[in-house]
Amino acid sequence: MRLFPFPALRFWPQLATWFHGSAPPARGETVIAHRRVYIVPSRLGLYFGGALAILLVGSINYVLSLGFALTFLLAGMGLAAMVQTTRNLARLSVRTGRADPVFAGDTARFRLTLANPGSHDRPEILLRHLGSGAQQNIDIAPTDTVEAALAVPAPRRGWLPLGRVMLETRFPVGLFRAWSYVEPGCRCLVYPRPEPSPLPPLAPSDRAGGARAHAQGSDDFSGLRGYQPSDSPRHVAWKSVARSDTLHPRSDAMLTKQFAGDAVAELWLDLGDLPAALGLELCLSRLTGWVLAAERAGAIYGLRLPGVRIEPGRGDAQRAACLEALALFQSA
Amino acid sequence: MIAAKPVLPAQRPLGWQEFLLLLAALLIVAAPHTLNAPWWLIALTLVLYAWRAAGVWNPSLLPSRWMLVVIVALATAGIWLEFRAIFGRQPGVMLLLLFSGLKLLESRGQRDAAAVVFLTWFIAITNFLYTQSIPTALGMCAAVATSIAALVTCAAPRRALRANLRTAGLLLAQAIPAALVLFLLFPRIQGPLWGLPQDSFAGVTGLSDTMSPGSLSQLSLSDAIAFRVEFAGQTPRRRAMYWRGPVLTDFDGRTWRVGYPGFAVLAPPTTGTRVEYSVLLEPHSRNWLFTLERAASLPDNSHHLEDGQIISLLPVRTRMRYRVASMVEAEARPGELHRVLERARRLPPGFNPRARELAQGWRAGATNDTEVLERAIDHFRRERLQYTLEPPLLGRDAVDEFLYVTKQGLCEHFSSAFVFLMRAAGMPARVVTGYQGGDTNPVDGTYTVRQSDAHAWTEVYLEAIGWVRVDPTALAVPGRVDAGLARSVAAGDTLPLLMRPELEWLRTLRYNWEAMAHQWNLRVLGYNPERQRELLAFFGMKDADWRDLASTLVAFLGVFVLGLFAWMLRHMVRPDPVQLAWNEFYAKLGAKGVARSPQEGPRDYSERAARNLPSAEETIRHIAALYVALRYGPEQTPAGVVELRRMVRELEFG
Repeated sequence: MRLFPFPALRFWPQLATWFHGSAPPARGETVIAHRRVYIVPSRLGLYFGGALAILLVGSINYVLSLGFALTFLLAGMGLAAMVQTTRNLARLSVRTGRADPVFAGDTARFRLTLANPGSHDRPEILLRHLGSGAQQNIDIAPTDTVEAALAVPAPRRGWLPLGRVMLETRFPVGLFRAWSYVEPGCRCLVYPRPEPSPLPPLAPSDRAGGARAHAQGSDDFSGLRGYQPSDSPRHVAWKSVARSDTLHPRSDAMLTKQFAGDAVAELWLDLGDLPAALGLELCLSRLTGWVLAAERAGAIYGLRLPGVRIEPGRGDAQRAACLEALALFQSA
Repeated sequence: MIAAKPVLPAQRPLGWQEFLLLLAALLIVAAPHTLNAPWWLIALTLVLYAWRAAGVWNPSLLPSRWMLVVIVALATAGIWLEFRAIFGRQPGVMLLLLFSGLKLLESRGQRDAAAVVFLTWFIAITNFLYTQSIPTALGMCAAVATSIAALVTCAAPRRALRANLRTAGLLLAQAIPAALVLFLLFPRIQGPLWGLPQDSFAGVTGLSDTMSPGSLSQLSLSDAIAFRVEFAGQTPRRRAMYWRGPVLTDFDGRTWRVGYPGFAVLAPPTTGTRVEYSVLLEPHSRNWLFTLERAASLPDNSHHLEDGQIISLLPVRTRMRYRVASMVEAEARPGELHRVLERARRLPPGFNPRARELAQGWRAGATNDTEVLERAIDHFRRERLQYTLEPPLLGRDAVDEFLYVTKQGLCEHFSSAFVFLMRAAGMPARVVTGYQGGDTNPVDGTYTVRQSDAHAWTEVYLEAIGWVRVDPTALAVPGRVDAGLARSVAAGDTLPLLMRPELEWLRTLRYNWEAMAHQWNLRVLGYNPERQRELLAFFGMKDADWRDLASTLVAFLGVFVLGLFAWMLRHMVRPDPVQLAWNEFYAKLGAKGVARSPQEGPRDYSERAARNLPSAEETIRHIAALYVALRYGPEQTPAGVVELRRMVRELEFG
């Protein structure tokens, strides 16, 4: 059934869409509604206003009809510039991207995807992270999508929310500054700052699986076994991969170097082993350093924190799990 | 952590694209000024431009700050030496030109570029002080477009130049409606707001308040338009076209002057043919207005002087339009103030003895003034005096030399000799200057009076009749008045270019051009507070004050901005027609109880719907296939979109 019998009203739904802004955007996407684009004259715009005033007074004083025409043409240009500056931001869609975990003290790189739904290009859009001042200047071609990366310092472990991001533009003539805020809701996991320190002496490892303390040297090569996706790339037998005649070896054809199972220490990294006087953060830093060192050494390691227990294992997944536990332990 | 400073466009260095656009705009606005500027300033400005161009190529060539200071000091001193002033119109324009070069040279970043653009606009508007013709307007439009392109390029230097030029063009095109509204509705104030420098309106040609032999000969070679006339009815015949201007009564033996006549209220003439017309007078910086003899009404804000001259209360500094009525070929009326007649009789002793003798001879042989006048007229008719545009130079006794030795001259020689003779015979007489004749533009029918129509004639007072117009030039050379200048001068004299008979095609071209220029003057340049009121009254806003104007203006501009905004966002709010149709499909199936669950894709959903609604199974499958093809396929054909919408609309469930 046609809701509107009159042809003139055919555009009504579109008009309503325009008036109310767009339909609610998909999850993880923020669309800048045109009503949320703020605009003020830039410093240059104020000078422009002053110049127009001088031109106007001159035209009145010397009774220059064409002077009026010139002044008003420039004033009209200013109005058009205001609209075009707003348009440069309006209906831009910002999609949250990934942010790879970083260690505290490093810089988190938040990736945002900006999509231009319009048929015109949007040059000179400045993304600025309000918290840190990190920024990037981007141009977006018509109906194109651009990925921007904001390098935000990550001083503390835990979740680092991106927070508010300001999008600013002065295009096309720099007389106006239009801006809008988006809060994409993405966050970056920040591991504790690793403290480089030697691995702890192998404690009689204990309560869980009986003492299996063995030789310190943990890289005694003992043989090869089939590759499993969780194996660290460091342990892949790359030489045998290189010998195979296919360019892209299938993962089941790959082999992982196995270190004498018994020669590998099963290491428990326990917060309780560290002196409480060190303070929690320093302890976590040291544990982080140990996790990295243990992984580097190819050890099998587990992590014990109050209320957290990660069974011994090894490989990137183990490392990530341990680091995440350390990052989020008692963090606000 | 310290936040990194944003890289604003203002701090980016100037690239060659921006520079070339800035330079082009500056060259366009500076070009007309080369006619007025001293040569060294033009050269210096060009050198500064070229220096900056070299700096784009190699930044180490750019001058240091102290060097700029030295250049500013020297050039400013030069301007002072040239004009003996720093303020005022001409030196001000020169300073602007100089600063444009200096600012360009000094421009490192793009914020400076904006300052150069503003200077460009200032120089552009100063061109209108000299001329506001159509070509100037077009030239300045080009300059403004170029300067805006420069601003856009500064704001987006990474963008392709073509795209930036397009943006600049779009900005200007969108500016036009707002500019038009502002031009028509912005509350206009009649300038000037303060006293203008003395030289503000220098260089306008026209009649003078003094006359000595030879002073009109420059005018008679000028094709410049003095004023244009639109007659309400019949155009009077050429012979009657005496446009009265300054009346020169005071004579010191060599030069005629206007003197200081008082205001007077003169009774309008009652005889003659009434002619109504409006005059569009070109600015001449003087107070006098021109009307056909004799004026039956006064233009607004003007007064009569005792000698019949009409003056405006303010100098005519801009093109002025007035309506007036005249009685052509009216009869004179007796009666005149004693002091006016007294002034018109004064003759300094000791000049022109032969002419004096001649006049006294007429007086001795005549019984009354009329007879003396008849003898004088007779004398001018018989003496074979010649009209020439290149009169020989005359000495101290100019009238004697003209009457007896050289026997050729311009209208000012004829009229000054005649008035001298009349006064020597004891009769009140005076020189009247103005314009005689003019021609009709066949294109638009306006009557055009040029500087080359400038003329001087005389008036003699007869007790019984009043002031009688006598045109001694017409007496001696009748063709001057009947046929115009071109046919009354001796062959071989230089004529104004466009009066030469062989250039007929050029005249036709000029008529067309002038008709267009007249409309331009009337409608664009002549748009003033008065016309604004007329326009508003036409639209039903009677007696609109500035508040009415301002509110109307703001309303219009608001509508303009909103409209522009909606128009510019139109592409972005239109939803995909394919998706719209698909949403309608969802709604229809949902109403039948087959709602989509969030994780279901279009294929699974339509499959389930087809199973649940067997009556429309075929159609549902078809719609889903079409949707998937349109949405995810390589291309969206318009025919496919129409088909999808039709099918969804016609979907029925039996």
